[in-house]
Amino acid sequence: MTMDFQYTILIPILLFFSFVYNILWGRTRSPKIAGLISTTTILIAAVLSYYTAYQYFFNVGLVNGSYEKIIAFKMVWLHFSDTLVVDMGILLDPISIMMLVVVTTISSMVHIYSFGYMHGDDGFARFYAFLSLFSFSMLGLVVSSNIFQMYIFWELVGVSSFLLIGYYYQKPSAVAAAKKAFIVTRFADLGFLVGILLISYVTGSLDFAVLTDPNGPVMLQGASLGFMGLSVMTWALILIFIGGAGKSAMFPFHIWLPDAMEGPTPVSALIHAATMVVAGVYLVARLFPLFHIAAPNAQYVVLAVGGFTSLFAAVIAITQIDIKRVLAFSTLSQLGYMMAALGASGYGAEEGIGYTASMWHLFTHAMFKALLFLGAGSIIHAVHSNNMTDMGGLRKYMPITHITFLIGTLAIAGIPPFAGFFSKDEILVALHQSSHFWYWVEVITAGLTAFYMFRLYFNVFWGENRHYHHKPHESSLSMTFPLMFLAFMAIVSGGFFMFDFGAFISSNLVPYDIHIHWDIAGLSIFVALIGISLAAMLYLKPSGISTKMATALGPVYKATYNKFYFDEIYLFVTHKIIFNLIARPSAWFDRHVVDGFMNMLAWITNFVSGSIKGLQSGQLQHYAMSFVSGAVALALFFLYFMTR
Amino acid sequence: MIDGIGLQEILIVSTIMFFLGIYGFFTRKNLITILMSIELILNSVNINFVAFNKYLYPNLMQGHFFSLFVIAIAAAEAAVAIAIIIDLFRNIKTIDVEKVSSMKN
Repeated sequence: MTMDFQYTILIPILLFFSFVYNILWGRTRSPKIAGLISTTTILIAAVLSYYTAYQYFFNVGLVNGSYEKIIAFKMVWLHFSDTLVVDMGILLDPISIMMLVVVTTISSMVHIYSFGYMHGDDGFARFYAFLSLFSFSMLGLVVSSNIFQMYIFWELVGVSSFLLIGYYYQKPSAVAAAKKAFIVTRFADLGFLVGILLISYVTGSLDFAVLTDPNGPVMLQGASLGFMGLSVMTWALILIFIGGAGKSAMFPFHIWLPDAMEGPTPVSALIHAATMVVAGVYLVARLFPLFHIAAPNAQYVVLAVGGFTSLFAAVIAITQIDIKRVLAFSTLSQLGYMMAALGASGYGAEEGIGYTASMWHLFTHAMFKALLFLGAGSIIHAVHSNNMTDMGGLRKYMPITHITFLIGTLAIAGIPPFAGFFSKDEILVALHQSSHFWYWVEVITAGLTAFYMFRLYFNVFWGENRHYHHKPHESSLSMTFPLMFLAFMAIVSGGFFMFDFGAFISSNLVPYDIHIHWDIAGLSIFVALIGISLAAMLYLKPSGISTKMATALGPVYKATYNKFYFDEIYLFVTHKIIFNLIARPSAWFDRHVVDGFMNMLAWITNFVSGSIKGLQSGQLQHYAMSFVSGAVALALFFLYFMTR
Repeated sequence: MIDGIGLQEILIVSTIMFFLGIYGFFTRKNLITILMSIELILNSVNINFVAFNKYLYPNLMQGHFFSLFVIAIAAAEAAVAIAIIIDLFRNIKTIDVEKVSSMKN
């Protein structure tokens, strides 16, 4: 049975209108109206997405045993040749529909939450305008039918992220963070663009449906052309992955994400935890057949980068004090999980478990990480500080935040029956099948995750009672409702033993059953419990052990606390090496040679005109004199030569 | 033909007129006088045209017509020049050509 999905074009378009309205007229109306318009449109978009999901999975359902890719809307935008066409379109398949649901759900919750969190802020309308712009771009990104369209929306989400990180533009640190995020991701996007050009050159197509057809001609193209031992297709996909790594803040582009926490907390929850940062994972998932079949080497790069980032970020997260930065590093770590799962996945129903697991983890992670961020926002709102050291014993003051935060923490730590357990288990299964080395890395990371998350939890809600300037109190309903809703999602989105994601999403669109592998799950639960008990030992009661350990570890602790000095290394490279060795000589060349040449020309003109300007006496008769003398001289000249 | 007067005599007259005009053009300070000198130059040319036509090509009329053209254009030129001079006088209250040097430098 075929369905008409044309109405899905409304989902992004509505938000675009909301953005235009708010940016043009939001300031002149009451801020409430701006908020209401944005919130209403995103809620409508959410309802439409749920309806689409229901129609797609249950009404259209399986055709010949697999889900279809449906082009709901298509419009030719640029026509290069008969095969190379840039379209604007909407592609519906299981992952794009899942992303529609994730983005609209989290975005709606963040919109509602911001009513409380941003209450009384001067830029209320601006904030909602940017939120709408972001939601529009993100939804446009996930439904892209064409890699070039995706690139356009990819840059748009980058811009909205830049605008929202720099929302408090009076704060120099926020401005610096916004610039950093934009420059780092933009730098990575250069790779993406070159990758797109390479792919279009090799395959002659930009269409996802053509590119990812496993039996299509694309899979074999580019394999023969080689460069430095790898095929052109591999290079193209590695370059595209660089773009994805930049957006998803994979090592070595991870430096922008922790700084991005300068933005308002709801923004961190929406953009820098749940939706935009998973765009990189989504991109790899979109091109997954290409990665797996045409360029296994590129897929291994995905695995290695993802696996390394997850461990690396988890280690840093242990030492951070800023509550939002801990969460930022945990986001990095979880994104690393998703990337690693994609990197380890095979193609097919059962073999493609990594693919399913990655998307599943994306889904559950969006729920519980948004929950954790919004919870952190609620705490920050009450305590007026980002620092864990200023918090403690908050469970008595903020019961709802406490319970929901605990649920989120249990979910990310991978304790059953919370959502994170199921998806993380599947990721570990996929890694176990593929690579034992990365499997053990991720198991260790799971333990670290449990440890640092519970360190955060115990420090904030237990530990010693701080002296607060005014008594912290529970946040208003507009802030606690999203917390409760997301806490509910953090419990059930993993399936709660009732269903699993294999029924909806698989690498070749054929549904299959996922079984919990208790041997692997048991180990990960055990590791998580070790992490939790360690955290409880150190932080549940005020104790000096953690400080003593920090002092004992000395330089290691310091290096970790400073994020292994990656910021400093990058600053050194950019400031000392690039600025001094490239920028300064070029500036000198420009100023002295290029400008000097122009200045010399100007000086010569000036000098010559200055020296002959005396001829311009302004006396009519002088001019007449020269004219007549010239005429007479010419006449004599001709007379002399002609009459000979 | 005029008896006893050849082409040469007429040319001598016109040359004297021409250089009188040039002299006036260079030495007079009054713009009106300069204009008159220009008329002298033009008319010496007219004499040349007519004389050459009469003495060298008596059957043709081009020389006459050309001098008629020159007279017409000289009239138009005089009108424009006098308009400029009047305007100049209105603006700077003088028609002394040495005072009119705002184009200098």
